[in-house]
Amino acid sequence: MSVLVYTETAKGKVKKASLEATNYAAHIAKQLGTNPVAITFNAEVAQTDEIGKAGATKIRNVKGDAYKTNDAAYLTAAIEQASKAEGAKVIIIPFDITGKAVAPRLSAKIKAGLVAGAVDYPVVNGNALEVKKNVFSGKATAIYTINSEVKIIALMPNSFPVVLSDNKAEVTELSVDLSGVSSRIIIKETKSTDTAGMVPLPEAELVVSAGRGLKGPENWGIIEDLAKALGATTACSRPVADMHWRPHHEHVGQTGIAIRPNLYIAIGISGAIQHLAGVNGSKTIVVINTDKEAPFFKSADYGIVGDAFEVVPKLTEAIKKLKAAN
Amino acid sequence: MKILVAISNVPDTTTKIAFTEGDTKFNHAGVQFIINPYDEWYALVRALELKEAGKASTVTLFHVGLADSEATIRKGFALGADDAVRVNAESPDSFFVAEQIAAYAKEKAYDLILVGKETINYNGSSVGGMIAGFMDLPFVSLATKLDMDGNTATIEHDIDGGTQVVACATPLVISCSKGMAEQRIPNMRGIMASRSKPITVVEASADAPLTNIKSFALAAGRTTCKFIDAGNVEELVQLLRSEAKVI
Ligand SMILES: Cc1cc2nc3c(=O)[nH]c(=O)nc-3n(C[C@H](O)[C@H](O)[C@H](O)COP(=O)(O)OP(=O)(O)OC[C@H]3O[C@@H](n4cnc5c(N)ncnc54)[C@H](O)[C@@H]3O)c2cc1C
Ligand SMILES: Nc1ncnc2c1ncn2[C@@H]1O[C@H](COP(=O)(O)O)[C@@H](O)[C@H]1O
Repeated sequence: MSVLVYTETAKGKVKKASLEATNYAAHIAKQLGTNPVAITFNAEVAQTDEIGKAGATKIRNVKGDAYKTNDAAYLTAAIEQASKAEGAKVIIIPFDITGKAVAPRLSAKIKAGLVAGAVDYPVVNGNALEVKKNVFSGKATAIYTINSEVKIIALMPNSFPVVLSDNKAEVTELSVDLSGVSSRIIIKETKSTDTAGMVPLPEAELVVSAGRGLKGPENWGIIEDLAKALGATTACSRPVADMHWRPHHEHVGQTGIAIRPNLYIAIGISGAIQHLAGVNGSKTIVVINTDKEAPFFKSADYGIVGDAFEVVPKLTEAIKKLKAAN
Repeated sequence: MKILVAISNVPDTTTKIAFTEGDTKFNHAGVQFIINPYDEWYALVRALELKEAGKASTVTLFHVGLADSEATIRKGFALGADDAVRVNAESPDSFFVAEQIAAYAKEKAYDLILVGKETINYNGSSVGGMIAGFMDLPFVSLATKLDMDGNTATIEHDIDGGTQVVACATPLVISCSKGMAEQRIPNMRGIMASRSKPITVVEASADAPLTNIKSFALAAGRTTCKFIDAGNVEELVQLLRSEAKVI
């Protein structure tokens, strides 16, 4: 028996969401009195070391070019075979873009019940697991019971902080038979998003976001300065992306991406329900808006009623001062 | 080329959410239901555009739900879909829904199966990948552009850390996201025609769902917003450091 966790590397590093998922798998393995096993793809020693530090006691590394494009058909076949080899009862998958293609495919292949986007540890109830996830775009939570023999939990990124120890994992190679798998997807072009050295939005713990209140793209300098002073990533509301003031990948909300940073600073954003749907999982929300009746204040922890063009530069200075003093 | 578009029936985004029966059921009372925005604006409208461009022959709607979701199906007809299949069952479990779609699509040989990025009620983002798993088909997720050239689809989609353009021969499953098409308003002719288009009702063909919802809870709201004077941003910085402990 084991708890299997799917991990990914990008740009030579283990993804943060994968380390979170490994921590999570280790926690569940302890609850169930079994071992956390990670599956890695073309991983190097530095990477397997890190997954070990995140709590995996055993790592099955799979080698092959087929996995390099993150095509879910191949990844899923490998996870399926790893889960059989390790007798996995629970499979943990980070619910990021790749995970959102992998987890459902695996669920259908092995007939395992899936909870997509878990935000807390499961509760063991006999043979079932009870897992909490967000529903109604963050307006509510639901406890799902998974009844199948094998269970898949896809963990929402940024639900838990990463904790590393001096744990070491035993690493062995797993050879996977891909003869039954074919994928007809041909990649024509790949463009990476230019995040200008910032942490990618889905992983960011600090986010500075601005909306139509900024009046025009030429005014984003004050937003970028604040983000830089904090070491934060920038985001925006949908109309701002629609009008091409900011790139599409910065758009957060129901139709954009959902994020759950530690700190979300919303500047000149009214707080429409569709915007909140993507950000209400943030731990702390700060709202800066000229209109004291702006709906966003009802969902904020801290608010400043004021003009962004005056408040934001002052805030940037105050942050710089704080950083300089430490 | 035949296109199947999976549509789900969801509470309008601005609906106030409530639960009944000891917080175990969603309260439908007074709730306005709509086609899930991703399914309507992106998947369905793009399918209709492909048909109008002569690149698709039929656009069929697929829905898993009870008879009360007929209005949602008729809205899809008013926009221009040709016919519809409704599986007479209710389930918030993506696996169950995908099983129904896969079972039906296997028999009817659709070239494209389009689903939305996710439903705005249960937020599964799972049905598309599951259909592909059941049918052993390629799956392209989070598509922002789709075009067809004969039986080859060219798709632009979001990947971790960027975007990608891929080509894939049909049949395949695609989940649709913002960018694929623009929202449409049904015209009078569409609304008139929608009344007489056929809905085939079939019974569910699967075992019990693998997951079920035990209980709901409304999201814990934030207590109250602490207001800080615009002239005193240092106080905000102090609070973020010592009270919220986030910087
Ligand atoms: C189905 C659907 C999905 C949607 N999905 C999304 C989504 O994913 N993400 C999203 O963001 N929106 C989404 N929207 C749109 C959403 O409803 C709002 O229209 C949008 O969020 C408003 O953007 P905004 O707050 O930037 O602009 P506005 O609503 O115009 O707000 C601007 C705010 O700036 C304030 N302001 C003005 N000047 C200043 C100043 N000098 N300093 C400080 N504040 C100032 C104003 O008081 C106002 O509150 C969706 C809508 C629908 C119908
Ligand atoms: N009950 C349903 N009937 C038909 N299609 C559905 C249903 N539920 C979900 N879908 C489709 O699957 C997509 C993803 O749903 P989900 O995985 O539940 O987030 C939706 O956008 C729809 O296209």
